[in-house]
Amino acid sequence: MTGTLNASLAIDGADTDPAAWMRRREARTRLALVGMAALLAASVLLSVGIGALAIPPLDALSVLSARIGLGALTDHTPVQETVLWSLRLPRALLGILVGAALAVAGAAMQGLFRNPLADPGLIGVSTGAALAAAVVIVVGGALPFGLGMVGRDLLLPLAAFGGGLAVTALVYRIASHDGRTEVATMLLAGIALNAVAGAAIGVLVFISDDQALRDLNFWLLGSLGGVTWDRLLWAAPLMLGPALLALVLARPLNALLFGETEALHLGVDVERTKRLVVVLSSLAVGASVALTGVIGFVGLVVPHLVRLTIGPDHRVLLPASLMLGASLLLLADLLARTLVLPAELPIGILTSCVGGPFFLWLLLRRRGLGLW
Amino acid sequence: MLSADDLTVIRRQRAIVDRVSLDLPTGTLTGLIGPNGAGKSTLLHLLSGAMAPDDGRVSLDGRPLAEWPRAALARRRAVLPQASTLSFPFRALDVVLMGRAAHAGVSTGDRDATVALEALRAMDAMHLVDRVYPTMSGGERQRVQLARVLAQIWPEDAEAGAGRVLLLDEPTNTLDLMHQHVLMRFARRLADEGVCVLAVLHDPNLAAQYADRVVVLDKGRVAADGPVAAVMTEATIGDVFGLPVTVARHPTRGTPQIMPA
Repeated sequence: MTGTLNASLAIDGADTDPAAWMRRREARTRLALVGMAALLAASVLLSVGIGALAIPPLDALSVLSARIGLGALTDHTPVQETVLWSLRLPRALLGILVGAALAVAGAAMQGLFRNPLADPGLIGVSTGAALAAAVVIVVGGALPFGLGMVGRDLLLPLAAFGGGLAVTALVYRIASHDGRTEVATMLLAGIALNAVAGAAIGVLVFISDDQALRDLNFWLLGSLGGVTWDRLLWAAPLMLGPALLALVLARPLNALLFGETEALHLGVDVERTKRLVVVLSSLAVGASVALTGVIGFVGLVVPHLVRLTIGPDHRVLLPASLMLGASLLLLADLLARTLVLPAELPIGILTSCVGGPFFLWLLLRRRGLGLW
Repeated sequence: MLSADDLTVIRRQRAIVDRVSLDLPTGTLTGLIGPNGAGKSTLLHLLSGAMAPDDGRVSLDGRPLAEWPRAALARRRAVLPQASTLSFPFRALDVVLMGRAAHAGVSTGDRDATVALEALRAMDAMHLVDRVYPTMSGGERQRVQLARVLAQIWPEDAEAGAGRVLLLDEPTNTLDLMHQHVLMRFARRLADEGVCVLAVLHDPNLAAQYADRVVVLDKGRVAADGPVAAVMTEATIGDVFGLPVTVARHPTRGTPQIMPA
């Protein structure tokens, strides 16, 4: 068929070579991905190296090498080893996981809703988790003789994870009918349930005592502090697994951007894609919020940053968001724990502080173009 | 060949598609016309497999659509929508490459790229390759979309010769006069190349000029079905559209042309 078509139609733009343009573009994309991987590596080294006790990159590598039985590389000190292994490394890994989970979930949500303003919190998972955590903190704090404190360390993340999933399940249930899920209904149900859960949190804040209020406030603003290896090992598969699985959805998400019917015609199992995006995002975000509290703006802003540099194709958008989200969260955490030493800022304040104005700048830049 | 057998869709106790049977052979361009609300779009969705009928069935090459694996069906059947909006800055080439989604596992990335470029070239749209889709004009977008559907049903080596189907859903609605005809000429050419093409059209004259056959849908039923000259009569068109018409001959092509009486 093409033979006759080719022969009969002139080729426009003979001065450009599309194949060469494609190759150049692929090279640029690869370069950007390598750059993001390098940024992530640098962020890890900075994050484990900077703090009250400095650990230069070589010493950090030496500690790791000693820990996995290859022997020390430098004469690092035992204190460095303890600080790196018990405090900074789990914290850095948590930062990577949470940043990656939030950013990938954000990118997938924006694709699912075909809306550049979507955020992983839209389906209620963050607010649901926050509400459950608030119940544990406030009701637990009100029990006499500190009874509520017993087991709170364990109960809090479990309740938060469960609360997040429960609210998302409700949102999804409301939007599903006859085996189909209406994305617009899901968005509106998410807004409504977020509002209700927000009001419930408000009530809890209102009735809580000073200590509970402080705990609650800190939790609602997020922190990577206090993470332990065993907790990390529990949560890591819940965050990393869905984030990596979501990468497989790149092509269906690309197709969905043109609308559900078009995606169907392209051979995409639309309902399955929607279900997977919701399930994977809520698992990853739910586990993140359970360990760190609510950290805003990462899921919203990171995918935009990537689109700005590499473009909107989910096949690169998702992995690039994963790496950039991890890097940015590590850097934000670095600032959070060093800016006001010896105290620590809630990381959510930092991400919103930087993310909000940045997003406004993006809006102003793109105003009138109608483009993302 | 795409065959519809006794298709019925009922909404609110009303049949919006009522026992429609159609055989669409390869290598023909069929124009589907009818007044607003006749069920044209619904019928197209049934034929594409995006919607399941309440009764009856659609088969491609003798096999019911429901039994086709999604990807295999998508490699044989493409749909050109009325207009496609997109709020993210994909390039024209990315859009064409989306047509290759169902070829994952069957084709390679290199082959996808080659096919995408071939499809753009075939649609005379190579100059749009690196343009940002949302910033293009309606005509340019439709051309890129046509390249996309072409890339979608581009025959793989193993599937060469298999029947292919292209459904056009009011493809000319957003286009100016020139681009309407450019698009219909491409559709005509694809049919001549052996693709089974069905176009839902608002303008009976476009159908008359390019189609081999015209199906007239009215209140969910096939009111007329046959060669252009047999269907485009004062009685049929006037009756179905509720407007007295005169049928004239196109001065150079000799095809029937409808105008209000």
